[in-house]
Amino acid sequence: MKRAFPILAVLTALLLVYAFYQALWVAPTDALQGEVYRIIYYHVPSAWTAFLLFFINFIASVQYLANARPSTARAARWIVIAIGIIGFVAPFIPQVKQQLPTGMYPSSVATTFLIITGLYFVIGKYFVDQDLDVLAVTTAEVGVVFCSIVLVTGPIWARPVWGIWWAPGDIRLTSTLVLWLIYVSYLVLRRFSDSAQTQKLAAVLAVFGALDVPLVYFSIWFFRTQHPQPVIGGGGSMDPRMLHVLLISWMAFLCFAFLVCWSRYRLENLRRKVEEAEALESLLEPAGLAGPSSAVKTPLSRGSK
Amino acid sequence: MNSIKFLYAAYIATWLIHGLYIGSLVRRYGRLRQQMKDLGRGK
Repeated sequence: MKRAFPILAVLTALLLVYAFYQALWVAPTDALQGEVYRIIYYHVPSAWTAFLLFFINFIASVQYLANARPSTARAARWIVIAIGIIGFVAPFIPQVKQQLPTGMYPSSVATTFLIITGLYFVIGKYFVDQDLDVLAVTTAEVGVVFCSIVLVTGPIWARPVWGIWWAPGDIRLTSTLVLWLIYVSYLVLRRFSDSAQTQKLAAVLAVFGALDVPLVYFSIWFFRTQHPQPVIGGGGSMDPRMLHVLLISWMAFLCFAFLVCWSRYRLENLRRKVEEAEALESLLEPAGLAGPSSAVKTPLSRGSK
Repeated sequence: MNSIKFLYAAYIATWLIHGLYIGSLVRRYGRLRQQMKDLGRGK
């Protein structure tokens, strides 16, 4: 796996350069906004990536809490299956279909629920116990980075197009800022709390924080807002060439996010191993057991690999 | 015409944020490696 990282890093760098080239020179110029609209190729993929990372954080946190007891883990699995089935079938029921906002397709809603269910079980299969907590903190931190980019590039785009940096009271903008603040507080909690319950508290905060993600996403469907309508699945009329570049750009950012998450995940594991070794050493020191040949070396040698 | 400056500003800001974050990861990793070395020496 270690050998795969540099190869993936090179491929991702190439993809990012290609996406950059496509965004600046290949995508057609917007008739209304001119060149400045090209901010979309960084702003929107960053937002989608942040949402995805916060969503993974939510699933990891739910599993971390649910796995505390086998009975709750089982119950959570059945609840997720039920949500998946209902979410997959319900959008095709005529009464529900009528309630969907214009441009939101039943098939895309059903697919989203299918992906949610699938992701829950995939994460549950490959991550257990503390791995879930490590995954949660990793995705929250990288998600905050991408969300910060959304909050910085958004006003830079708004200034020449709307004439203002920020639209106070706009639900899309405000809910995105609230989302960022929730996850920053999540990271602050993890950084500065010494309680043995920190991981559980952080997981609970993440579960409630994730409720803001659908609010951010669907706010432009359900509320009057200055923010433009969604470019995908919202009945938008984006030029196919622009959409093509947008998807390339998102792919590049997804690969980049994956690599950053990978590095952060390893860093978190290393940090925990060092903490473990320090704790073990402080326990052994008073008894005069610590030393180069003592048991302290065991976790360290594992951590250095 | 001036709007092109905003485009560049957005792109630069994006990579600046990513760069700062990757820099912080590298710094934290270096610090941990150093801590591990110190512990490994057995003092």
